[in-house]
Amino acid sequence: MLSVRNLEVDYGQAHILSNLALEVLSGEVVVLIGRNGAGKSTTMKAIMGLVPARAGEIRFQGHKVDHLRPYAVARLGIGYVPEDRRIFTDLSVRENLDVGRRTPSGAGALWTPDRVFALFPNLAEMQDRAGGMLSGGEQQMLAIARTLMGNPTLLLLDEPSEGLAPLIVEQMAEAILTLKRQGLSVLLSEQNLHFAHLVADRAYVIEKGRIRYSGTMAELAADKEVRDAYLSL
Amino acid sequence: MTVLSASGLVKSYGGVKAVRGVDLRVDAGELLALIGPNGAGKSTCFNMLMGQIAPDAGRVELLGADITGQAPRRIWRQGVGRTFQITATFASMLVRENVQTALMSRHRRLGNLFLSATKLYAEGALALLERVGMADQAERPCSVLAYGDLKRVELAMALANDPKLLLMDEPTAGMAPTERQAMMALVAKLARESRIAVLFTEHDMDAVFTHADRIVVLNRGRVIAEGEPADVRADELVQRVYLGGGTMFGHV
Amino acid sequence: MDFSSIVVQFLNGLAGASSLFLVAAGLSLIFGVTRVVNFAHGSFYMLGLFLAYSLAGRFGGTPTGFWISLLVSALVVGVVGALVEIVILRRTYRSPELFQLLATFAVVLVIKDVALAIWGADSLLGRRAPGLSGSFQFFGKVIPAYDLVLIAAGPVVLGLLWLIVRRTRFGRLVRAATQDREMVGALGVNEAWLFTGVFFLGSFLAGLGGAIVLPREPANLSLDIAVIADAFVVVVVGGMGSLPGAYLAALLIAEVKALCIAIGDVSMFGYTVSFSRLTLVVEFVVMAVVLVVRPYGLLGRPSATPRAQVAIMAASRPPRGRWILLVIAVLAVAPLLIDRYSIVLLNDVLVFALFAASLHFFMGTGGMISFGHAAYFGIGAYAAALLLKRAGLQMEVALTLAPVAGGIAALFFGWFCVRLSGVYLAMLTLAFAQIAWSIAYQWDALTGGSNGMVGVWPAAWLADKAAFYWLTLGVTVVGVLWLWRMASSPFGYGLRAGRDSPLRAEALGIDVRRQQWFTFGVVGAVAAAAGALYAFSKGSISPDVMGIQRSVDALVMVLLGGVHSLVGPLVGAAVLTWLQDEIIRDTEYWRGLLGLAILALVLLLPQGLAGARDLWRRKPA
Repeated sequence: MLSVRNLEVDYGQAHILSNLALEVLSGEVVVLIGRNGAGKSTTMKAIMGLVPARAGEIRFQGHKVDHLRPYAVARLGIGYVPEDRRIFTDLSVRENLDVGRRTPSGAGALWTPDRVFALFPNLAEMQDRAGGMLSGGEQQMLAIARTLMGNPTLLLLDEPSEGLAPLIVEQMAEAILTLKRQGLSVLLSEQNLHFAHLVADRAYVIEKGRIRYSGTMAELAADKEVRDAYLSL
Repeated sequence: MTVLSASGLVKSYGGVKAVRGVDLRVDAGELLALIGPNGAGKSTCFNMLMGQIAPDAGRVELLGADITGQAPRRIWRQGVGRTFQITATFASMLVRENVQTALMSRHRRLGNLFLSATKLYAEGALALLERVGMADQAERPCSVLAYGDLKRVELAMALANDPKLLLMDEPTAGMAPTERQAMMALVAKLARESRIAVLFTEHDMDAVFTHADRIVVLNRGRVIAEGEPADVRADELVQRVYLGGGTMFGHV
Repeated sequence: MDFSSIVVQFLNGLAGASSLFLVAAGLSLIFGVTRVVNFAHGSFYMLGLFLAYSLAGRFGGTPTGFWISLLVSALVVGVVGALVEIVILRRTYRSPELFQLLATFAVVLVIKDVALAIWGADSLLGRRAPGLSGSFQFFGKVIPAYDLVLIAAGPVVLGLLWLIVRRTRFGRLVRAATQDREMVGALGVNEAWLFTGVFFLGSFLAGLGGAIVLPREPANLSLDIAVIADAFVVVVVGGMGSLPGAYLAALLIAEVKALCIAIGDVSMFGYTVSFSRLTLVVEFVVMAVVLVVRPYGLLGRPSATPRAQVAIMAASRPPRGRWILLVIAVLAVAPLLIDRYSIVLLNDVLVFALFAASLHFFMGTGGMISFGHAAYFGIGAYAAALLLKRAGLQMEVALTLAPVAGGIAALFFGWFCVRLSGVYLAMLTLAFAQIAWSIAYQWDALTGGSNGMVGVWPAAWLADKAAFYWLTLGVTVVGVLWLWRMASSPFGYGLRAGRDSPLRAEALGIDVRRQQWFTFGVVGAVAAAAGALYAFSKGSISPDVMGIQRSVDALVMVLLGGVHSLVGPLVGAAVLTWLQDEIIRDTEYWRGLLGLAILALVLLLPQGLAGARDLWRRKPA
C-alpha cells in the first residue's frame, strides 16, 4: 500500500533521515519506534510532503507521491494526525470536523460526524465546544476524528499516546484496533512500548534517522538484544 | 521540613472551574508526583505554583513566605527552578552558554552592555553540567543535542540558582524507556544530595511508581487520592478514572 | 462650538470610520491567513479611489453607472491583489517572512509610479453620486446625503463578512488557516487557492474602501502610506483577528479625529492650539491609552496572537581583528584617492551602515522587527538641527546630544511597543514613526514643516568634506564595534535568551520585557547618531528623513546583506546606497525601478546576498 525507499531528508547541514525504507501493507498496523529526535515525525511529514525530501521514492497505491503538495497527498487517501494534534482551537468540534471533510472519488464507506462520534463517544457530548476548551485526550480524539472525515485509506498517527493518561491511552488503543478491523491501514509512531505491543502487527525501530531493525511485534518482544541496543539506551 | 505548601488553590476559566480547592505540600528531599487525567487541572496547578497564572483564591508558601501570584522571575529568585514539558533551552547558544546565562541572571549581571561575557561564570557552568552528566558536551550548540540531553541541560539551568524546590512538568516525556529511568534516578539523587523538594507531573507510570516518594492524584480540579505509590496504585477510584486496566505500565 | 456641530462631526466620523474599517478588515484577513503583512494595502485603497475616479468620471452619470463603477473599481483592485499573490508572493512563502514584507513594499513603489504615470501628481476630486449629491438640514447644519451611504456601508460590510466567516465553509477554512495553514493543507485543502481567495477578498475590501470615498476625498499619491499607517493602528487597537474590533477601533479613531476638527483652534493662556492639525497625535494618544489598558486591543485575545515569528538567528562571530583593521585603514585613506562626489557618497554609505547595524542588532540579537526604524534616525537628525538652529548650541554639542534625544524617544516608544510582540510590535513601531513624521511635518513653527530646516552645517573645522567624512568614519566604527561587542556582553546573552525562549528566560529570573525595552533605547541612540551625522553632512533636513521609505530602506539593507551575518547590514547599506544613487540620477520613475529591483532580489535571491554566497559555497559539494 505504502512503500518508502531510500528516503533522505536534510535540515540545514544535518541529515535527519538517511536511506530510510519502510512498507505498510493493506490492513496492517505498523509502528515506528524510537525516541524523540530519532526521525519518526520527520518520516511522517516527508510522506505527507510537509518537509522536502532530498532523495528517495514514496509510493502510495501505485502513485508516486514524493514531490506532491500536502493537500494532493491527502486527497489520494493518506490521512495525517500530527504529533501535537494541531486542533483548530477557535473552531468548535463540529467545525473542526467540517474542515477535515472530503469525499474521495471512489467512495467506500463514508465517514460522517455520527460515525465519528460512535467511535469517540466523548466527543459527541461536546459538539459545540471550542477545540481549545478540550482536554488533551479529547483533542487527540478530535484530531483523529477530523482526519477520518477525509475518508483516508491509510492513517499516519504521530505519537497518539503522548502526554495522555493511561486510561485514555487504553481507549486510544481500542479505537485504533476498531479502525483496523474496519480495514484501515495505520502507520503510527510511538515510544510507548506497552501501547505499541497492544495495537501493532509489525515494528520498525528508528534511531538517528536510520531504520535499525524491522520485524513483527512478537519477534521484537523476543529479541532482547535489539531492545537493549536501541530501545533502552 | 516543608518547602512548598499550597492551600485552597482555586482557578476558573470563563466559568469553567479548572482547579477547585487543592492543597499540596512537598518536603525537602522528597519527590512528589502529581498525576491525573488530562484536563484534571495539573497544568493549571503547576502554573499557579510557579507564577505563570495567578490563582483566584488560595495561598502558595515557599519555606513559610507567601509567594502567591508573584511573577515567575521573582519566584525563581526565591529558589524555585523549573523544567518544561517541551524542553525550552536557548537554541542559538552553546550548552555551556545556556548555563552561563542562568548564572549571570542569578548574580544580576545581565545589565552590563560593555563587558565580554564569553568567560563569565564558565567554571560554575561546567560544574553544574558535571552534576547532570553533560560536561563533555559543554561546547556543543544546543540545537544539535539529542532530546534526552537537552532535558539534562534544562535541569542544569534549573539548578543554577541552588533551588529549594524543583517543579518539573513531565520530565521524561519524549525519552526512551531506560533513558526515563536514568533521568528520574538523576533527579532523585540530586534531590537527596541537596535536600531539594521536587514536584513533578508525569504520565509514564513506570517512572512515577519507581521514583516518587508520594503521589497526589487530581481529577476534575480536586485531589482524589494521596499517599505512597503502592496505596495509590491499589486505589479503586484512581484505577477507574486514570490508571485503567493497567496495560500501560509495568509488565514489559 | 455648539451641540449641532458636534453632532455633525459625529456623523462625519461615522462616515469616515466605514472606509477605514474596510481597509483594516482586509489587512487583518490577509495577515491572518497568509501571515503576509501587506504594506501594499494602502496602495490598493489608493488604486481603488483612482480607478473609481476614472470609471465614475466616464460612466457615472447615472446612479446605476456610478455604483457599478465603484463596484468594478473594487473588483479590479481585488484582481490586482490576487495577481500580486499569484505572481509574486506565492514564490516567497518558503522564504523568511520579512521577504514577503519587502515584496509588498516593492509593490507599493511600483503602484505609486504607475499611478503617477496614469493620473499624474495632482489631487483629483471625483464625481458626486447622482441622486445623492445633495444634502439635508440637520439642527441647522448641512449634512451631505452621501455620508449616509458611507455610515451604512461599515456595519453592512461587517455583517456580511461576519456571515461569511462564521457560516460558510470558506469562512471556516479561513479561520482554521488563520490558526494553522499547514494543517489545513494536510487535511486536503489546496491552500494555494485559499490564499489567493483571501488575497482577492482583502484587496477587494481595500479597493472598496477607497472607491466609496470618491465623492468625499480627493485622490492623490500620498494616500497609500497615510492609509496603511492608519490601518495598522486600527488593527492593533481593535485587536488582531477581530472584525468587530476593527470596526470599533475605526469608529473610535475616526470619531476622535472628527472631534478634533470640530474643536478647531482653541486659545488657552494666550497660546492657540490647533486641534484640527493634531489629529495624528491624538490618534496616537488613543492608541497608547488602549494598549495600556488592553494590551491585545479592544476585542483581541491573547490566544489569538500568533507567536512572534522572527527567525532565530545564530549570533555570528565578528570578523577577525586584522580584517576589521584593514577595512578601517582602507576607508580612512579613501578620501585622499577619490573625488568629492565619491567622498559624499561614501559618507552616506557609512551613515547608513551605522543605521542598518542598529536595526540589525534590534532584529538579530533582540529578536524584534521594526517597521519604523527611521523614527530614531529622524529624531536624531531633527534634534541635531533644532539644538543647533533653535537652541543655538555648538555643532559638537548638538551632535553629542542628538543620540541622547533619540535614545529617550526610543525608550518612550518602546515602552508601549514591548507590550506587544512579533508583527504587532512591528506595526506599532511603524505607527510611532508616522506620528514622529507627522509632528515634524505639521509643526511649522518649530520644524519648518514640509520645507524642513536649512543651514544645518557642521563646525568650521569639519566644513571640508573629507574632514567630516573622517568624523563619520570614527563614529560609525565606534558604533558598529560597540553593537558587535554588545551581542556577546551579559546584556546580549540575556537578550538572546529572551529571544530564543521567553518562557525559559522568565523562569531564570530574566525580565524579558525590560531587556527589550533597553534595546529600544540603545538602538534608538545609535540610529539617532547616524541621523545627526546625516543632517550635518547634508546641511538641511526635511520630514523625509523619518519617512516610511527610509524605514524600509533599513530593512532592505539588513535583508539584502543577510540577517545571519554581522557584516550583512554593512554590505547591504553599501549596495543599496550605491544603487539608489545610480537610479535616482537617471529617471523620474526611480521608485518603480527600485521596486522592481527589490522584487527581483526577493524572487531571485530569497536568502539575501549572504544566502547567495552559501548557495555558491554548497554547490561544489
